[in-house]
Amino acid sequence: MDWDFYGQHLIPALNDGLWISILLILPSATGGLALGILTGTIRTFGPPWLKRIGNFYAGIFRGTPLVVQLFILYFGLPNIGIYLSPYAAAVTGFILCSGAYQSEYIRGGLSAIKRGQLMAAKSLGFSSTGSIFWIVLPQAMRRALPGCGNEIIYLIKYSSLAYIITCIEITGQARDVATTYFRFTESFFVAGLYYLALVSIAGIALGKLEKKLYIPGFGKQH
Amino acid sequence: MNNNVATVLQITDIHKVLGGKEILRGVSMTVDKGELKILIGPSGGGKSTLLQCINFLLPPDQGRIFLDGSEVHFHKKAELYRYRQQVGMIFQDFNLFDHLNALDNVSIALRKVKKIHKAEAGDRAYHELERVGLSDKTDLYPAELSGGQKQRVSIARALAMDPKVILLDEPTSALDPELIGEVLRVIVDLARSGMTMIMATHQIGYVKSLTNEILFMENGRIIEHGPPEKLLSADADTRCRGFCEMLKDLVREP
Amino acid sequence: MDAFTAIIDALPYILKGTAVTAGIVIGAMVLGLIAGIPMAVGQVYGNRPVRFMVGVYVWFFRGVPVLVLLFLVYFGVFGFIEIKLRSGYGIYINFSPFMAACLVMGMVSAAYQSQIFRGAIQALPQGQLKAASALGMSDSMAIRTIILPQALRIAIPAWSNEFSIVLKDSAVAFVLGTTEIMARTHFVASRTYQHLPLYLLAGVLYFILTWMGVKALLKLEHKVRIPGYSN
Ligand SMILES: Nc1ncnc2c1ncn2[C@@H]1O[C@H](COP(=O)(O)OP(=O)(O)O)[C@@H](O)[C@H]1O
Ligand SMILES: [Mg+2]
Repeated sequence: MDWDFYGQHLIPALNDGLWISILLILPSATGGLALGILTGTIRTFGPPWLKRIGNFYAGIFRGTPLVVQLFILYFGLPNIGIYLSPYAAAVTGFILCSGAYQSEYIRGGLSAIKRGQLMAAKSLGFSSTGSIFWIVLPQAMRRALPGCGNEIIYLIKYSSLAYIITCIEITGQARDVATTYFRFTESFFVAGLYYLALVSIAGIALGKLEKKLYIPGFGKQH
Repeated sequence: MNNNVATVLQITDIHKVLGGKEILRGVSMTVDKGELKILIGPSGGGKSTLLQCINFLLPPDQGRIFLDGSEVHFHKKAELYRYRQQVGMIFQDFNLFDHLNALDNVSIALRKVKKIHKAEAGDRAYHELERVGLSDKTDLYPAELSGGQKQRVSIARALAMDPKVILLDEPTSALDPELIGEVLRVIVDLARSGMTMIMATHQIGYVKSLTNEILFMENGRIIEHGPPEKLLSADADTRCRGFCEMLKDLVREP
Repeated sequence: MDAFTAIIDALPYILKGTAVTAGIVIGAMVLGLIAGIPMAVGQVYGNRPVRFMVGVYVWFFRGVPVLVLLFLVYFGVFGFIEIKLRSGYGIYINFSPFMAACLVMGMVSAAYQSQIFRGAIQALPQGQLKAASALGMSDSMAIRTIILPQALRIAIPAWSNEFSIVLKDSAVAFVLGTTEIMARTHFVASRTYQHLPLYLLAGVLYFILTWMGVKALLKLEHKVRIPGYSN
């Protein structure tokens, strides 16, 4: 085996890409979750007109490919005078798309809460904010957690699409090395392992979190 | 209004429309301290609606409610929350908080609503669970409790708030027959110890010796009321007796 | 050129890509089904080595992005095979991007579909297999005639969801130069500079295709419904 290729070229390049990937994933995951919580809450409890806007947004972004969304942001918006950097376009696209999916899980978590839970809280003298904060949210978050975690795993993999709008992260670096040295199989296989590692670490962390928050009657038994 | 010092709760002429239908059509009653009022009547007669109106879980369209002689203004948020702390509510389907264990179910309102210190609230909660015979179940979550145990936790949760009156909406009708006894025993003990209560129930036999007034409710009105010996005596020609006879034929009481 | 003319001019050309997109999606879903069912059965009823191997497969193909797998298979593995065949045996073959897209997306979908079917099998009451054995059926016959017909029905909603994911993922295949919707849109857009309207058009096309597919699967679900299965 030709260790020089790995040690001198491939691994350093992929490590550079890894940082960009992480810089893409972290704000996108947090932003997507925040947007999803906001939209999911609106879609469950909001006034009808706001609900309709929320449903429309979620429907559009869940119904079209992320590639199309990224192309619209990066190549399309300049048609109307808006120029985004590849990084900005990627993060914007990831947040908008992820937020749509997250809102679905949040909505599911919120609407799984039985009406009686709120009635019981009120009958004990809880205020509206108090009952949402102490009773509704702790339950909804637990019910939504597996779905939200899964969506973050998807996001890690979809961060590779930043490459096609020229934001050079792991995939872009692998492609550069592969074409320069004409080593396609090795380059993309190792790049795949990088993603596998990211996804596995995220999966383990989410599993730990789920276990920590586990309560009988919520989600699967550990 | 009646200025009798012993009156805890007085409600006058409650009306409620739901879905275009008048569910409550002028209900009034007076509950004295230490009294157990029994609310019976056919399903759909408005018992649950009435109890929820008394607690303003459903705001009445018309009518007034007095606690200890002073009127409750439910539009004032602070006053409403303070009132609800003094009126306990037991639901047919328990409504324990699913994400909290038995102890926290009882203590959470003490901590978050009454702002009692965690340790003190925990002690109080433990004491109430002991009172309903569940001191060994404090760490279990609702999903791990039987129906009878859940209902007893919910009674402990209400008791911990030191309510002046407790409203019970068919507390045993969601339970398997063999679990009804353990909940009824707790309620009987409460009645004997002088707790003021209004209970909607079909388990009339068990509690009839403890009540001095049965209210028979049908079509949103109290159409008959009086002591059980009057309403249920063998020669009484009342709707209430007919209804209870029918129940007796259908279910064997514990 | 204005946006409207750009769309009208490009529409027939882009619409032709629909057939290619449909080809990739159908190819991938069928491949995923054929590979996914035995994998699911293996994971539920198989011995340890089988369960382990299925587990590794699923872990790998659910953990690596489709884009990376497309590059790996098309430029890496396919390229390697082509060169070996040419230099070793004098056989000249050319794998098409379309084949790479079907194969890759099929292998990924097999990983996801296996988990859908596994969940469906495990959701069946335990008594089903016991009752079949009590009638004297062999395990494999019981799985084929009793378990799978029920499990596949239960799995339709999740399978429909997987379909819409594969449809959307198929847009990534344009990086290999397949002539599906996205590649054609990209091609026209870079000539006419009408990026925004054309990509919006592509978005609408995908939206309609997703909607039609999901509708069709819902029909199937109703058609094969058995009384008593609520989902
Ligand atoms: N939210 C609602 N909207 C419309 N009708 C309702 C609603 N809640 C209860 N009702 C109706 O009110 C009537 C009384 O119900 P309820 O108070 O539950 O009676 P009970 O507890 O005596 O069985 C029933 O006919 C019921 O259908
Ligand atoms: Mg009722």
